[in-house]
Amino acid sequence: MIDTWITASVVAVIAALVGFFVVLRGAAFTAHAVPNAAFAGAAGASLIGVSSLLGLGVFSLGGALGIGLLSRRGRHDAVTALIVALMLGLGALFLSWSTEYAPEIYSLLFGEVLGISANEVGLTVILALVCLAILAIIYRPLMLSSTLPDVAEARGISPLRVELLFLALVALATTTAVPVVGALLMFSLMIGPPAAARVLTKHPAPAMTLAVVLALATVWIAIAASYQTNWPIGFFVGTIASAWYLLARAWAALVRR
Amino acid sequence: MGTIMHAIFQPGFFASTPVHAALLTGAVVAVVSGAVGVFTVLRSQSFAGHSLADLGTLGGSGAYLLGLGPLWGFVAAGVTVGGAMDLFGSERRKSRDVSTGIVLGAVLGISALLLYFDTTQSSTTGATVTILFGSLFAVSGYTVPATIAFAVLGLALLTILYRPLLLSSVNSDLAAARGIRVRLLGLVFMMVMGVTVALGSLIVGTILSPALLIGPAATALRLTRRPVAAMALAGGMGLAATWLGILLAYDSYRWPPSGDGWPVSFFVIALIFVGYLASGLRTRRTTHAAQTAERMPHELIEVA
Amino acid sequence: MLALDAVSIRLGGRQILDQVTFALAPGEFTGLIGSNGAGKTTLLRIVMGLRNPDAGTVRVGGKPLARRGRQIGYVPQKIQIEPDAPLRARDLVALGLDGEKLGPRLPSRARRERVEKMLAAVDATRFADERVGTLSGGEQQRVLIAHALISRPKLLLMDEPLANLDIRSGQEIVEQVSRVAKEQGVAVLLSAHDINPLLPVMDKVVYLAEGRAACGSTDQVVRSDVLTNLYRHPVSVLRVDGRILVVAGSTVVTDNGPGSAPVTAGAVGA
Repeated sequence: MIDTWITASVVAVIAALVGFFVVLRGAAFTAHAVPNAAFAGAAGASLIGVSSLLGLGVFSLGGALGIGLLSRRGRHDAVTALIVALMLGLGALFLSWSTEYAPEIYSLLFGEVLGISANEVGLTVILALVCLAILAIIYRPLMLSSTLPDVAEARGISPLRVELLFLALVALATTTAVPVVGALLMFSLMIGPPAAARVLTKHPAPAMTLAVVLALATVWIAIAASYQTNWPIGFFVGTIASAWYLLARAWAALVRR
Repeated sequence: MGTIMHAIFQPGFFASTPVHAALLTGAVVAVVSGAVGVFTVLRSQSFAGHSLADLGTLGGSGAYLLGLGPLWGFVAAGVTVGGAMDLFGSERRKSRDVSTGIVLGAVLGISALLLYFDTTQSSTTGATVTILFGSLFAVSGYTVPATIAFAVLGLALLTILYRPLLLSSVNSDLAAARGIRVRLLGLVFMMVMGVTVALGSLIVGTILSPALLIGPAATALRLTRRPVAAMALAGGMGLAATWLGILLAYDSYRWPPSGDGWPVSFFVIALIFVGYLASGLRTRRTTHAAQTAERMPHELIEVA
Repeated sequence: MLALDAVSIRLGGRQILDQVTFALAPGEFTGLIGSNGAGKTTLLRIVMGLRNPDAGTVRVGGKPLARRGRQIGYVPQKIQIEPDAPLRARDLVALGLDGEKLGPRLPSRARRERVEKMLAAVDATRFADERVGTLSGGEQQRVLIAHALISRPKLLLMDEPLANLDIRSGQEIVEQVSRVAKEQGVAVLLSAHDINPLLPVMDKVVYLAEGRAACGSTDQVVRSDVLTNLYRHPVSVLRVDGRILVVAGSTVVTDNGPGSAPVTAGAVGA
């Protein structure tokens, strides 16, 4: 059980930090798309008996980079929709081949409280650290490119490279989070808390801190509630993460009066 | 010759009633999805279209719990949520997408709960798989005429609103300048999209119906400059992908590894995706800008 | 043709338009001059009916703001359109004739011919079959003008058409619009921040500054005293080689514009 708490907290931190940039860059659809690719990867991995985490990782990265590369020649949102669908189609295929049934599909998509095994905790933490390291390294170019893209380009920061690195970050964050929170709802964690934070403050450091705090609160409440009621963790994550945003908007509207 | 035909069309294909129903429903839905999809892509509303489908999951799971067929749940969700999304949407894409994402997250969370109830209560794979991945070979009696009716309604609306919709999708100021009620039109279109996505959800599930909406349309837009041609082409390609998908799904019945057939949704989306990629491989014609350089060099001389 | 009476609007805490009053006669070519942020676009959008003023009235052809539809042609500064949008230049112009009509479009030779003539009038036949999203700024502008004029409106509004064009294209556009407008008897209200490209064709000018407007002929309006009054700040108008230069502050040089007051040395700004 302690494993779940640790993993969930790690996941929350990563999701909030990467999610800050997702919201900044308006990449909500991408954040929704990549975890769907992860789903396909996990399904495929369990089929061939490989660690599902590996499958998650490979497909997340593949999906994310696929979006980045295809968007160069096509509309970004249409491409994203297609990649999502392709990944899910593959997931459907893999699932139809395997003997896994409802509960497994279900927990892949919507999360399961006790879904983490002991050695996967270690792996998750390592992935999270890698993610943090990358984020720390590319923080400034990423920030500049996301807020003032023309200035960034003028200073030699290639928007394509930043975009691909950003997508890789999203894939990494996805890989760490999906086993706990589920593929379909992981993106809520990446969007809700950071979006709420940004409503309340535009300064990056406080916003990121607030996002992390809200994300941690979200997963802790979700785990506790899920454990108590046996209801899927994804339900709590999705609703609570969205609730923060609504509360933040309401607060901002009240304060303005 | 007979053996080749048998290899392509496994025995019983043409005789099977579920296959007939699937072909008919699939055709109708693909055509309307393609036509509506052209406008979806044009208006950069792919995320909205995707979300409408996902949100249909809620409608579908709700309908299941109530013992109704999923189509009605999908349609109800499509119309109401489509309307709501338009009303709460804002002009700027970034904030629009964040709001869409938030709503999507909340609603999917609730769907998770409803599906959980269904799985535990009825202990069948039923709801989750059917809603998410479609049930084309299991369309029941009344669903076929209902689907056709909705599809025809959608196409009729598109035909009636064609010109104002086209103009307002290209630029809302120009449309407003001609007295077109741009917001009302946007709302109606959202609802049409909601219903279309609902129909698609029936065939390939809520997870994949956006592909039927967006894939053929995005492909068609690369291939032709005329809107009506794009709509027809998108419909045609969607139709081809669906029928071929149905055929392959039927043929795959004895394929490894499970001997249970591959899902139709997989084939349809794979074909659509391949089609999109293929359209990108066409040698790019000289872009117009390059042609411009040859014709009118002085246009490109910018004076600071 | 167009009459504004005490139109005022406040946006984002600023009084964008303050009791703006002027009138245009049918067929008159009028420049709406003002610097960036002076409220030109807002004014045009109010005339279009896309925005409601806080106070004042707008009458077009004697009729008040309401569904005016085809009476007014509108050319926005630039439209955002993806390169893959399935709309040829020719199609966009055709939508200028019937874009608001319901139902399928039946083929019509008469309509085709009108579209051809309009395209020729703005010199757009060359690229009539190209997608609008792939056209250059100047080409797109011509298509937008054709789209606006094809339904024979009585009033044409153009929002900063020269802003994104090089000098030569800008001149061509101005000449073209002036010519077509004279042929069709259309009143034109064209906004710009530099008055000079319009001098050859303008009948009248509306100068917008600090939310206030002055209307009249160039000689009447573009003068140091009038503009100083408008800006509530010393402003000098210099005439050099038949060109007009509006600068902040007072200057020494007396130049030969009729009615320009003698001025004293001081800072010259943009």
